[in-house]
Amino acid sequence: MIEVEDVNFVYPNRVEALRDVSLVIKDGEFVAIMGQNGAGKTTLVKHFNGLLKPSKGVVRVDGVETTKTSVAALSRNTGFVFQNPDNQLFSETVEEEIAFALKNFGFEEEVIKKRISWALNLLGLTQYRETSPFLLSGGERKRVALASVLSWNPKTLILDEPTIGQDYQQKEKLRQFIVQMQAQGKTVIIVTHDVEFVAECSPRVLLMKEGRIVADGEGREILTTPEVLAQSSIVLPQIAQIFMKLAPLGLPKNVIDVYEAKEMVLKTLEKRRK
Amino acid sequence: MAIIETKNLTYIYPGGRKPSISDISIKVEKGEFVLITGPSGCGKTTLCRCFNGLIPHFYQGELKGEISVAEMDITKHQTHKMAKHVGLVFQNPENQLFALSIEKDVAFGLENLGLPREEIRKRVDWALKQTDIYDLRERSPHEVSGGQQQRVAIAAVLAMQPEIIVLDEPTSFLDPLSAEKIFEVIRELNKKLGITVVLVEHRLDLTAKYADHIIIMDEGKVCFDGDPREILGTEETRLIGVGIPKATLLFQMLKKEGINLSNVTPLSSEELATLLLEAFKNA
Repeated sequence: MIEVEDVNFVYPNRVEALRDVSLVIKDGEFVAIMGQNGAGKTTLVKHFNGLLKPSKGVVRVDGVETTKTSVAALSRNTGFVFQNPDNQLFSETVEEEIAFALKNFGFEEEVIKKRISWALNLLGLTQYRETSPFLLSGGERKRVALASVLSWNPKTLILDEPTIGQDYQQKEKLRQFIVQMQAQGKTVIIVTHDVEFVAECSPRVLLMKEGRIVADGEGREILTTPEVLAQSSIVLPQIAQIFMKLAPLGLPKNVIDVYEAKEMVLKTLEKRRK
Repeated sequence: MAIIETKNLTYIYPGGRKPSISDISIKVEKGEFVLITGPSGCGKTTLCRCFNGLIPHFYQGELKGEISVAEMDITKHQTHKMAKHVGLVFQNPENQLFALSIEKDVAFGLENLGLPREEIRKRVDWALKQTDIYDLRERSPHEVSGGQQQRVAIAAVLAMQPEIIVLDEPTSFLDPLSAEKIFEVIRELNKKLGITVVLVEHRLDLTAKYADHIIIMDEGKVCFDGDPREILGTEETRLIGVGIPKATLLFQMLKKEGINLSNVTPLSSEELATLLLEAFKNA
């Protein structure tokens, strides 16, 4: 469980990145943190593994204050995949990249081998085992960073903009993967701008603006409320945009799923024809 | 007259075992807005690197086939000579920013062209304003956010006003509203100044509506090349991992149920909403 109590965070250059933020993320929750560039999303999640410590207020992870433990200890339970994979890749081959953290956490050689194969396979990277991460595409490098974090099986996964540079199939795999992680009771926290991806996953959505949380609720509700989204520079998902325009004809506004949309259109057409 | 033309273009990176792009024959007409898409690792970025000569001049490797850009054979012209004609915005902005201030970064290319001082000033200010970073102009490009860095990279290319702008997922770090605003600016430059735009994007929800021409790649090859409405209207494109716009998908799903809303495939929510409203009124 992650508890954030009245947290403020001020960067050394005096930018106030978080203002009076309070929230609780329970074990097993799937949360999407959304908001415009500079809203404080990444700053907030960096508090969840102790990379940043609050200037004021308290962050507790599983009951332990982040100021009273080390990033290394917190990382064992909280895997963090950065927005820009190049910030965390440095090894000569994909395999070594994944092995690095496992070695640091003191896993045995045999376990390391198995974990590497498992993670490579899960993310469709097996063919790149011996390749330098820097010869891979942006989307592939992102998956290497994810594979590396998954390999040590942390309880909580924080993914900063996981869909950037990912194609449709990879995004679909990522969605299934998150569902799978949740089934295993893991907490998954994503920072994202990708409204279409959030619409497909329908997690709990936290909307941020200028360092504050301005909305907290079901994806389906928040993503279909234009007034709330507009203040955070988020556009409505396409299906919601369409239903917003159909609302004067009596159709519901809060539709974000394409299959539900199809049923709704078919039903309405039938009703009107009668 | 095609502004970019390739014939059987094939390229292998140094030490690579198989070609990253193979047998690519495409034509981009002057003034077109071209969208290039396809699964990750399909060769989109590699192809873009050929458009300004980074391949083969910087990356070396083995390039076969023919390529002409702005009537020049890129294999015979150095990258800096191409810079006047082709501006490239990379996926990762950190790779192309280096100056001490954002303003200097944007001015750098113009100084190299030897333009008069006032002209440089004018163009830099214009580009900074178009990308909404005018207030940040004295900051270092390395201390601003990823999204802001992307704006700097785009501003630097806009300021050059090249004949062709090649953008490789240029707004991936930007929030959707900011991304849309940048795409609108690019679309306007394309329409008003006739600048040819080549845009690499996965997010067709955001970009399909701007395209006059779409090229879909898979495993280093071109598998679709033509009118976006025709191509995104087919079932096949979905199979190779192209996320067609949700509005287009819904249109197709309704068609399968026997409801054909139009003979022209919609590419945006506005277009589909209009078709649906009409259908409901006529029902």
